[in-house]
Amino acid sequence: MLRFAPVATLLIFLAPIVAGLLGTALPAFGWFPALGGREIGLDIFARLFAQPGLGTSVALTLFTGFLATALSLGLALAFAAAAYGTRGFATAQRFLAPLLATPHAALAIGFAFLIAPSGWIARSISPELSGWTRPPDIATVQDPLGLAFVAGLMLKETPYLLLCLVAAIGQADLARSLATARMLGYGKFTAWAKVAIPRLYPQIRLPIYAVLAFALSNVDVALILAPTNPPTLSVLILRWISDPHLDLFMPAAAAGLLQFALVAASIGVWRLGEIAVAYFARDLLTNGVRGGEGKFRATASRVALALLFALAIAALIALAIWSAALSWRFPDALPDRWTSANWLREAPTLSAPAATTLLVALCATAIAILLSILCLENEIRAGKRATKALALLYAPLLIPQVSFLIGAQTLLVRLNLDGGFAALVWAHLLFVLPYVFLALADPWRALDPRYMRIAACLGAAPWRVFLAVKIPLLLRSLMVAAAIGFAVSAALYLPTLFAGGGRWTSLTTEAVTLASGGDRRVLGVYAFAQAALPLIVYAAALAVPAILYRNRKGMV
Amino acid sequence: MRRREFLIAAGASAAFPAFARTSWNETLAAAKGKPVFFNAWGGDERTNDFIAWTATRVRAEYGVDLRHVRLRDTAEAVQRVIAEKSAGRDAGGSVDLIWINGPNFLAMKEQRLHYGPFAERLPNFRFVDVAGKPSNVVDFTVPVDGYAAPWRLAQIVYVYDSARLPRPPKSMAAMLEWAKSSPGRLTHPTARNFLGATFLKQALYESTPDRALLAAAPTDANYDAAVAPLWAWYDALRPSMWRRGTQFPESGPAQRTLLNDGEIDLMISFNPAEAAVSIANNLLPATARATGLDGGTIANTSFVSIPYNAANPAAAMVVADFLLSGEAQARMNDPRHLGNPTVLDVERLPPDQKKFFGELPSVPGMPSAAELGRALPEPHPGWMTRLAADWEKRVLR
Repeated sequence: MLRFAPVATLLIFLAPIVAGLLGTALPAFGWFPALGGREIGLDIFARLFAQPGLGTSVALTLFTGFLATALSLGLALAFAAAAYGTRGFATAQRFLAPLLATPHAALAIGFAFLIAPSGWIARSISPELSGWTRPPDIATVQDPLGLAFVAGLMLKETPYLLLCLVAAIGQADLARSLATARMLGYGKFTAWAKVAIPRLYPQIRLPIYAVLAFALSNVDVALILAPTNPPTLSVLILRWISDPHLDLFMPAAAAGLLQFALVAASIGVWRLGEIAVAYFARDLLTNGVRGGEGKFRATASRVALALLFALAIAALIALAIWSAALSWRFPDALPDRWTSANWLREAPTLSAPAATTLLVALCATAIAILLSILCLENEIRAGKRATKALALLYAPLLIPQVSFLIGAQTLLVRLNLDGGFAALVWAHLLFVLPYVFLALADPWRALDPRYMRIAACLGAAPWRVFLAVKIPLLLRSLMVAAAIGFAVSAALYLPTLFAGGGRWTSLTTEAVTLASGGDRRVLGVYAFAQAALPLIVYAAALAVPAILYRNRKGMV
Repeated sequence: MRRREFLIAAGASAAFPAFARTSWNETLAAAKGKPVFFNAWGGDERTNDFIAWTATRVRAEYGVDLRHVRLRDTAEAVQRVIAEKSAGRDAGGSVDLIWINGPNFLAMKEQRLHYGPFAERLPNFRFVDVAGKPSNVVDFTVPVDGYAAPWRLAQIVYVYDSARLPRPPKSMAAMLEWAKSSPGRLTHPTARNFLGATFLKQALYESTPDRALLAAAPTDANYDAAVAPLWAWYDALRPSMWRRGTQFPESGPAQRTLLNDGEIDLMISFNPAEAAVSIANNLLPATARATGLDGGTIANTSFVSIPYNAANPAAAMVVADFLLSGEAQARMNDPRHLGNPTVLDVERLPPDQKKFFGELPSVPGMPSAAELGRALPEPHPGWMTRLAADWEKRVLR
C-alpha cells in the first residue's frame, strides 16, 4: 500500500494544477463557449496586448520581482558572511521563525502604515523635526517604481532565504573550511564567497526560484504596496477577472498564461545568470586574492538586517496600536484616545473568518503531514530515493497562483465543488504540502535507523516501532512542520479567494479587503489578529514537546 | 455577436419558478432557517455594521440566517453568477442577494440573470416613494421592472474640512480654480471604483453641451463631443491634484482617510451624512462639513437583487422586505449609523412603522437642504462605463 503513497500524493496534487492551467489556456486561445468563444486562435492575445498599461505593468513586474529577489538574496548572503559564527547570527536565527510565521499581508499592511507620508515614522518626527504640520505630498507607498513593494517583499523573503541558508550551512561542513580559508589569510567576505557560497548555493537554488516566482506573481502584497496605475501583472489580472463587463475575462486568462511565461522565462534567465557567474567566477575563485577584512561591509549588512527586522516588528506594533486607537490624527506620535471598542465591536464578525482560518489550516496541515509521512516512510522502507518525481511537489511554489487558479475555478464550479470546504482545503494543501514535506524530509531521512532496528529486535511490530519509537523521536520536527504548514495556510490569499468562492473568508482575505478601505482601526484589528494566530500556533507547537518531554532533556 | 449568443443561451436555460402564486406567508415559511449569502461591497465599516445589525434582526424576526459576503467590488458577485451559469448551475447558486445598481444591474438585466420580478411582492414595497424619488424605480435611466428592491438613497456631496477650507468650491469651474491655487489638496477614488466614476459623471453633467443626451446610452456619434469639455477640464485639473494626478485612492473610505490625515482638503461622497457620520465615528475631524453644488448633484438609489439561480430566493426576499421596513429605514436614516435618506414615503407609513422615525438627533456636519441642493438624475450606465474606460486609457501608460 505504502508504495502508492508518492503516486497518490502527486495525483492529488498535480491534477488540479495541470487541469487549472489547461482551464486557463482554453479561454486564452479563444475557447470559452459560455462567452461565445469557439474559435481557437491568437485573437485574445492581440486583445491582451492592446490593453492600456500592459507594457508598463510587465516592466514593473519584472523590475520589482528581480530587484526584490536579488536584494533579499544579497542581504541574506552578506549577513551570513558577516555574522556566521557570532552571537549576532544566533540572535538573528531566533527572529526568523516568528517573522516567517507572520503572514505577508499583515506585515505589508503594517509596513505601509509605517512608511506612508502620514505614517508612523512621519508622525514620530512631525512637526518638531520635519516641520510638517500636514503629510508631505510624496508617494512613499505605491510609488511608481514599486520600491515600497520591493521593501515589503524583502521583509519576508530575506528571513526566508536566511533560514534556508542556515539549513544549508548545517548540512555542509562549513566551519572547518572557513577556518582553513581564514587561516590562509582570506578576508571574511572573500572566504565566504570562495568557500561557502559555491557549496551553499546549489542547496538554496530552489528556494531562490520560489522567491523569484513569488515576487513576480504575488497578489496580496502587491495590492497593498505596489503602484496601481498600472499595477503588477497579477493584480491587473485579478482586476480584469472581477470586471463586470465580461469582455476582459478571456484576455485575463491570456494574461494568466503570460504571467506563467514571465515566471518561467525569469527563472530561466536567473539560471543563465548562475551559469555565467559560475563561468566568469572560476578564475576569481582561484586567483588567490585574499580580500580585505571588510569591516564596513560587515557592519553595513548587520545594520541592514537589523533595520529590516526592526521595521517588521514596528509594523506589527503599529497594527496593535491602531486596533486600540479611538482617534489618532496626524501629526500625533500616538493616539490621543484609546479604546477597546474596536475589538469588542469586531469580535462577532471577526470570529467566523478566524474560525475558517484555523479550521482550514488545521485540516490542510494534518493532511499534508500524513501524506509527507507516507511518502517518506515509503522512501525509507523501499530503501532508496525512489521518488525523484516528488520534486514535482514544489511546482505550486514555482507556478504563479493566478495562472492556474483562473482555470481551476471554472473546473471547481463544473464539479460543483466551488465554495465547498473540501475545495478550500484542497487549494490550501497545494501550498502547505511542499513546505511541510521540506520541513519533515531532512529530520526524517537523518534519523538514525538503528533506533528502529533495536526496537524491531526487541520484538516490536512495524506499527509499534513507528508509533512508540519513531514518532516520539521526531515529535519536535513534526510540530515544527505543523507550525510551518499552519502559517503557510493562514497567509494564503488568492487560493482562499478563488476556492472559497466568497463564502469562506479568512483573516487574510478580510484584512486584504479592508486594506483598500479606510478605517485603519478596524484594519488594525483584522491584520493584528491575522498575524497573531499563526504566532500563537507556532508557540503552542513548540510547547508540545517541551511539555511532553519535560523530564527528558535530550528529546526537547 | 458574442453577447447576443450569451443572451440567447441565458434565455433558453432560465427557468423561473412560478413564485407569483405563492403568498407572502408561504414565502416566510420557506425562508425560515435558510441562509442568505448577501454579497455586498465590504469596504465601508458603517455599512458592514448596518448589515450585521440587519442579520441579528432578521434572525430574530424570521429565522433567516443572513451572512455578509464582503466584496471588494460588486462585479465579483456578478462574475460568480456568470461563472455558475456557464457551468450550468441554474439552481442552488452561491449568491442569494446582491447590493447592486448602475452598470452591474444593467449587465445582469441584459443577460437575464435576475430573479423576479419580485419587488412589488414585498409587503413593504407599497410604502416606497416612487413618485417623489423616481430613482427608486428607474436605475440610471434603466427601468428596474421589479428585478431589484430599493433600500438606500444617495446623493453626491463634497466633504471638506472647514478649518482648512472655509469656502469650498460650488461648481466645477470653481473647483479647478481652487485646485490650481492650492495644488495637491484634491483627489478622487480611481475611476474603476463606483465613486471615482461618479466624480467624472458629475463633472460631465456640468460641462456637457447637451444634457438631454445623457438620458440614453451614448453612441459613437455623440460620445466624443459630449465628453470633450469634461476631459479638457480634467486635463487642466490633473496636474494640480494629489500626487500630481498619478495615484488615486482605491475607494471612498480610503479617500476619507486622506482627508482625515490632512493630505487632502476636499473629497466626493455619495452620502449627504458622510461628514456627520464620520465625525461621530472619529473618522473625520469635528470641523468636517458637506456641501452640494450650485447646479445640483447626481442622486441615485441602491438596490438589492436576487440572482436567477439563488439557492434561497424566499429568504432573500424576506431580507429585502426587512430592509424596506420602517425600523431598518429609520436606522439607516439616523446619522449615528448610516445617515442615508430613506427610500420610503414616511408620511404614508402606518403608525407602528412611522414611530421609528422619531426626532433625528441634531448632529454636526449634516448639510441643510439648501446646502445640499437639487438632485439630478443619473445618466445612462453606458456613460459611466465609457468614462471609466477612457480614464483608464488616460491614466494607465
